[in-house]
Amino acid sequence: MNLRSSGTQPVRLEQDVVLARQTARKLATECGMRLIDQTKLVTAVSELARNTVVYGGGGDMDWQVLEDIGRVGLRLSFRDQGPGIPDVRLALTDGWTSGGGLGLGLTGARRLVDEFDLQTAPGEGTCVTITRWT
Amino acid sequence: MERIPILQMGEYLLVTIQVDMHDQLALNLQEDLAERISRTSAKGVLIDISALDMVDSFIGRMIGTISGLSRIMDAQTVLVGMQPSVAITLVELGMTLPGVSTALNVERGMQKLRDRVERS
Repeated sequence: MNLRSSGTQPVRLEQDVVLARQTARKLATECGMRLIDQTKLVTAVSELARNTVVYGGGGDMDWQVLEDIGRVGLRLSFRDQGPGIPDVRLALTDGWTSGGGLGLGLTGARRLVDEFDLQTAPGEGTCVTITRWT
Repeated sequence: MERIPILQMGEYLLVTIQVDMHDQLALNLQEDLAERISRTSAKGVLIDISALDMVDSFIGRMIGTISGLSRIMDAQTVLVGMQPSVAITLVELGMTLPGVSTALNVERGMQKLRDRVERS
């Protein structure tokens, strides 16, 4: 697997969620992703970037365009230094929310991508990484 | 403050969302619509999202809230123009927008709105 390009951008304010979506859309288009796959990825990015701002107190989004045999992938990580998630299993339950939302953000995002990884510990922040392949 | 315009056409209110909305903008729209329904005694609200290339759980929830609040203010809401890729993604996300009336385009949406207003 080869790394074609990569970058980082801040996800601190509400407006940064919109910018994260726009970056993801641009990269997904450049990867030659189908419209439906683009839409799923951008929606997952929106959910995760919002979590970074609302629950993580802000952080960063790292992106990587990957090349594998016969396919191209877009991998995005959402990192924050926030309070972390005390109960990961609970956080990955549909409909459960620690805030005022619907509890679809994390679980929904997981359903919309090919690969999903969650690293977190109480007091040590959260990092969610998603990948979608063409 | 940034606002999404609400147009009035007789007893109907029309909203066309054409920008990539941040969360506060979505919340503003919710409040503005409630205020406009009250002020104009509108009987129907048509929301056109044909320009939106993404609807996440936050926007989905806003649409559900607008539909619910207009109902308790004696107005009907019809959501029109959802792109197929957005519809597929929303369902996969787990949002089926229960209680929200939809139509494929503005013309059918207006027809549906008129029918519903006449019946109510």
